[in-house]
Amino acid sequence: MAEGIIGAQKLSVLNPVGFPPKITPKAMAPRLDSLDGKTIYLVDPRFDDSGLFLRQVEHWFAEHMPSVKTKLVEMSSVYTKDDPKTWELIKANGDGAIIGVGH
Amino acid sequence: MHAIALDSKYGVPTVAIHTNVFEKAVQSVTRMHGMSEARYTFVPQPVMGKSAEQLRAYVDGKSPISGRPVMQEVVEGLTRPAEGDRHKEIKFERSTPRLVDSDTDDNLQRLFLENNWTDKLPIVLPTEKRVREMLAQTSHKPDEVAGHLRSNQFRQHWEFTVEQVAVNAVMAGARPEYFPVILALASSGVSARGSTTSSMAAMVVVNGPIRHEIAMNSGTGAMAPYNQANATIGRAYGLLSQNLQGGSLPGDSYMGSQGNGYAYGSVTFAENEERSPWVPFHVQQGFKPTESTVSIFTGCRSTAFTLGVREKYWRQHVQSMLRGMDAHSAPTFLLDPIAARQFIDRGGFDTKVKMIDWVYAHALMPAGEYWDYQLIQNYIYPRATFGEEPYASKLKAAPDEMVHMFKPEEIHVVVVGGETNGYWRIMGCNYQRTVSVDKWR
Repeated sequence: MAEGIIGAQKLSVLNPVGFPPKITPKAMAPRLDSLDGKTIYLVDPRFDDSGLFLRQVEHWFAEHMPSVKTKLVEMSSVYTKDDPKTWELIKANGDGAIIGVGH
Repeated sequence: MHAIALDSKYGVPTVAIHTNVFEKAVQSVTRMHGMSEARYTFVPQPVMGKSAEQLRAYVDGKSPISGRPVMQEVVEGLTRPAEGDRHKEIKFERSTPRLVDSDTDDNLQRLFLENNWTDKLPIVLPTEKRVREMLAQTSHKPDEVAGHLRSNQFRQHWEFTVEQVAVNAVMAGARPEYFPVILALASSGVSARGSTTSSMAAMVVVNGPIRHEIAMNSGTGAMAPYNQANATIGRAYGLLSQNLQGGSLPGDSYMGSQGNGYAYGSVTFAENEERSPWVPFHVQQGFKPTESTVSIFTGCRSTAFTLGVREKYWRQHVQSMLRGMDAHSAPTFLLDPIAARQFIDRGGFDTKVKMIDWVYAHALMPAGEYWDYQLIQNYIYPRATFGEEPYASKLKAAPDEMVHMFKPEEIHVVVVGGETNGYWRIMGCNYQRTVSVDKWR
C-alpha cells in the first residue's frame, strides 16, 4: 500500500488523560461589613521573604486605615504543610486574614 | 491553598496575595478546589531580595494583572460579598472519554501535540491493538485503578486505570514487556512532572532480575540515550505523569522557572549490581535480591562530577563537591564500579553505610552560610524555629560553627557505569520510595 494512502487512513486511538477529581464547591466565609475596628491577621507563609513584604502591608494599614488592628503571624512550619493551630488562633481572635506572598 | 482552607473551612474572610507569574496557577488551583470565588490579588515577581522601599512600592502600587490598586483589592476581598453564581460555570461531573475521535495519523499527532499530551516529540499513537499488546504483559485488569497522581501538594489527585497507563506507555515507544516497570512507576504516587519553581526532575533506578529480562543497561552509557528500555521507561514515566495528573503546562500546572533537561527521560537506568562491590540499592530498602523494583528520586537539579578518587586529596575533593551542591537537595552518589572500588581502597568503605556515614560527617558548612541559603530559609528555617530536630539544634550554632549539611538517611549510593573509566557524580536529589515491579506483572 502506498504511503500516502496509509497516511490518509483514519485511526482509532485511546485517550491518554486520567480521570479528574470531582469538584465540590466550597462556600466562602461571609465578608465583613467594614474593616473598622477589626483585627486582621497577616499570615507569613515564610517563603521568599514574604515576612518582609507583610511588614509593608502592616505599615500601609497603620497609615491608611489606623482603626484596623493587624497582627503579623508566621506559619508554624514550611508553607507546604497545613497549619490548623494557626488557623484556629486566627478564627478565635481575628476577623479576617491576609496571606502573602503565596506560592 | 491555605487561604481557601482558612476561608471555607474555618470561616475567616481571607485574601491571598501572590506574585503575578502565578496567575494561571492560582486560577486553576482555586477552581479545582471548588472555590472559584476565592479572593486574591497580585504583586510583581519577585518579592525575594527586594528592599523595604521596593516592597512598599508593591503594596502602594497596582496589581500587574488587573491594573487596580493592590490594597483596594485586598480590602474589597475582605468586605465584598460573594456573587454566589460563579461556580455555575464549572462542570462538576466530568469523565474522560476512552477514545479520541478517529482521524489520520498526521492529524492525531497534531492533536496530541496541541493538547499538550506529549513531551513535544513525536509519539507512537495508542491504537487499540498496541494498547492491548501492552495490557497482555500484566495480570491486572484494564479497568483496575492503578494509582493517583498530582503535580504538587496544592492540587488534588487525579485517578487512572491500568489501561490509561498502557496508553501512555505505548505513546512513549515502550515495548510491552516493559509494562510492569511502568505500572510500578505509575502506582508510586510520585509524579515525574512535579510543579515547583525549582524545575525538578525525577530519577529512576531499577533493581533485580527485571533488569536482565527486559535488557536494561546498567553499564556503558546507562544514563544516556542508548538503550530502548532505559529510554522509553523514563519517557513513559514523564508522559503518564503529565497526562494522568491533569497536565503539566508552563504557567498553569508547571512553574519550573528554567526547566530541566533531565525531565525528558527522568534519568532512568539499572543499577550495575553485578559489578558493584556493595549490596544493591533495593536490598538496602528491605527488598530481597531476587525481587524486582523501581526506586524513585525527585528534585534532580544539581550535579557535580569528577574522575577517580585520588590518594592525597580525595577527602577534600569530595568535600568541595558537596559544598558545591545546594544544601537543600541531599546527595546521591552515582559511582562507576571503578570509582566504587576506589572509595573502598581510599576510605575503607566496605559497605555503602560506611561511605554514607563518612559523607554525613564531612559534608559541613558554617552555620551562618547554611542558614542564609534561600532554600534553607524557605524549607528548613521554619521547621527549625518551631523545634523540629535536628534543625532546631543546628539553629543554635554560632555563625562560624560548622554544621552538617544533610541528614545521614538522606544520603544514598548507587553503582552505575561500564568501567570505561572511574568517573562518578553526585546527583542532588531526594529519595522518595521503592516500589515492587513483581506486583505489577
